[in-house]
Amino acid sequence: MKYTSQSVALPYFIAAIGLFVGQIVFGLAMGLQYVVGDFLFPEIPFNVARMVHTNLLIVWLLFGFMGAAYYLIPEEAETELYSPKLALLMFWIFLIAGAATILGYLLVDYATLAEMTGNNILATMGREFLEQPLLTKIGIVIVALAFLFNISMTMLKGRKTVISIVMLLGLWGLAIFFLFSFYNPGNLVKDKFYWWWVVHLWVEGVWELIMAAMLAFVLIKVTGVDREVIEKWLYVIITLALVTGLIGTGHHYFWIGTPGYWQWWGSIFSALEPIPFFAMTVFAFNMVNRRRREHPNKAAVLWALGTGVMAFLGAGVWGFLHTLAPVNFYTHGSQITAAHGHMAFYGAYVLVVLTIISYAMPLLRGRAANSQRAQVVEMWSFWLMTISMVFITLFLTAAGILQVWLQRVSDTPMPFMQVQDQINLFYWMRLWAGVVFAVGLVTYVTSFFIKGESKPLITP
Amino acid sequence: MTPLSASNSALETTARRLPGDLAIWFFILAELLAFGVFFVVYAFTRANHVELFNAEQLTLDRTSGAINTVLLLTSSFFVVRAVQVAEAGFSRRAAPWLAAAFACGAGFVVVKIFEYAEKIGAGISLSSSTFYMFYLSLTFFHFMHVILGLVIIAAMWNGARTGRYGPDNMNGIETGAAYWHMVDLVWLILFPLIYVMR
Repeated sequence: MKYTSQSVALPYFIAAIGLFVGQIVFGLAMGLQYVVGDFLFPEIPFNVARMVHTNLLIVWLLFGFMGAAYYLIPEEAETELYSPKLALLMFWIFLIAGAATILGYLLVDYATLAEMTGNNILATMGREFLEQPLLTKIGIVIVALAFLFNISMTMLKGRKTVISIVMLLGLWGLAIFFLFSFYNPGNLVKDKFYWWWVVHLWVEGVWELIMAAMLAFVLIKVTGVDREVIEKWLYVIITLALVTGLIGTGHHYFWIGTPGYWQWWGSIFSALEPIPFFAMTVFAFNMVNRRRREHPNKAAVLWALGTGVMAFLGAGVWGFLHTLAPVNFYTHGSQITAAHGHMAFYGAYVLVVLTIISYAMPLLRGRAANSQRAQVVEMWSFWLMTISMVFITLFLTAAGILQVWLQRVSDTPMPFMQVQDQINLFYWMRLWAGVVFAVGLVTYVTSFFIKGESKPLITP
Repeated sequence: MTPLSASNSALETTARRLPGDLAIWFFILAELLAFGVFFVVYAFTRANHVELFNAEQLTLDRTSGAINTVLLLTSSFFVVRAVQVAEAGFSRRAAPWLAAAFACGAGFVVVKIFEYAEKIGAGISLSSSTFYMFYLSLTFFHFMHVILGLVIIAAMWNGARTGRYGPDNMNGIETGAAYWHMVDLVWLILFPLIYVMR
C-alpha cells in the first residue's frame, strides 16, 4: 500500500465478503426450496429468499467495486484520496441502508414494506433485481454520487492513467444507468424495455469496463508487464465491449412486445459479445506468460486467470448458447437462463472482485503476500468454488434442456409444474454442488485467519 | 545504393509504421466485424427471400445512392490530400482540403435525409418487411458513422488550422483519416449489396 488513504478499501472488502456469505446462505435455502417446496414457509418464502439472494449479490459486488476504486484510484493517480472521511461515512451509510433493506425484506411482507417506504409517492418497487424500496434507491444514488465525487476529485488532482479513466467511465456509467430504476412506466413492455437499461447495460456494458480496469490493475502489479502493453489491451476490450454490448441489449427484447427488428439487432450484436470476454482471457494469460517478476502472491494470479477463463465460459459461451432469436424462441426464461446467470456472475464479477481482494488485502494488512499456508488454503477455496459452480451450471443446463424439451418442443407439451417434477433430480444435484460451493466459501473465509510467516512488505 | 533500392527501403519503413493511433485500428476492426456479420446475415436472409428482396430493392433510390458514393469517394480523396499536405509540413494548407472533405460528407448526410424522408413518407419503417429492416438498419448504422466521422473531420480541420500537424506530429490527422476511410469502405460494400446486386 503506497498511500495511507487506500486503507478505506479495507472495510469495503470485509463487508463485501460478509454479504457474500449471506448471499450463499440464502442461495442454499432456495436450492432446498426447489426440491422441498415448503422449507422455511411461511417465514421465508421462495420469492423473498430469491430477492435477498440476488440483492445481496448486487450489493456486495458494489461494495467490491467501491473498495477496488478506493484502492486503485489513489495508487494510479499517485496521490492520497480526496477525502478518506467521506469514503468512510459513505461506507457506513451504504452498509446500514443495505442491512435495513434486507431486514425489511425478511421482517415485513413486501406490500407493507412498499407502503412504509413511500412507494405510493413514486412506484419503483416490484421489479426483479430492482426490488429495493424508494428510500434505499435514493440512498444508493447519494452514496454513488459522493463516491464518484471522491474518486473523480482524486483523479483530477493526480496522474490520469488509462486504467483509472476506464474505471471511472465504468463507475459513472453504473450510476447513470441506475437512474432508469426510477422510471417505471405503466406499460409493461416499456417497463421491461427500460428495466434492461439498468440490468443489461450494467452487466454487459459498463461493468465490463470496471472489470477490465480492475483486472488490468492487478495484472500490472503481479506481472510487471509494461503499462503501455496493458493499456492497448484495455482499448481493445472496452471498444469491443461497447460496440457489441450496447445494441446487444436487443437480445432481451425478443417476444416481450417490442418490434420484431430487435430479433435481428439483438441476435447480431449479442452474438459478438463473447469476443470482448475472449479478449480478456487471452489478455490475462498473455500478461502472465510475459511476466517480468515472480510476485509472491500466487493466489492473486490464480484468481486473475480464473476470472479470464470463467467470465468467457459463463458470460461468453453460456450467453451465446441462447442469444440467437431462433434458439431463444425455445429457451426464453428457462433454467438455461439460470445456468448462464450463475456462471456469468460468478466468472466475471465475483471472481474479479475476489481477485482484487486477494491482491490488495495482504497489502492492506501490511504485507506483500500472505503466508504459503494461507495461500494454499485460499487456492483450495478457488478450486472448490469454481468447480462446484461449473457443476451448478451444468446441472441447471441439463435441467433447462429437459425443461425446454418437455414443455416447449415435444409434440405433447407438459404444463410447467409437471415439468418441474420431471427435472427434480437435477435440482437435487444442483443443491449438492451448492453445498460444495458453501464449503469453498467457508474455506475462503478461513484463509484470512491462517497465520504463518508472511512475505514482508518492501516499499518501492 | 541505387536510387531504386533507396526508394524501396524508404517504402518499407513507411509500410512498417502503422498510420494513426493503434486504438483506432482496434476500433476499425471491431466496426468492420460488426458490419461484416450484418452483411453475411443479409446475404443468407436474402437467399431465403430472393423474390421479396428483388422486388423491394427496386423501390430504392439508386441515383441518390450513386451520388452518395461519389461524394464519399471524393471526400476520402480530399482527406488523403490533407494528410499529404500535412506530412509535407504545411499543416495550415491541409485545412481547406479538410473543409472540402467535410462539405462532401455533409452532402452525403443531406442526400440521405432526403432519401429517408421519401421512404418514411411512403410509410416504410423497420417493421415493414425483412428487406426494409435490413435496408434501414444497415444504412442508418452507417449514417451514424458518417455523422461521427464529420465530427472527427471538424476536429481535424480545427487542428490543421492551428498548425498542429506536421511530419513529426501526424498521429491525430492520420487517426481521423483512417476512421473516415473505414466509413467510406463500408459504404462501398453496402451500396452495391443493398441497392444494386440482384
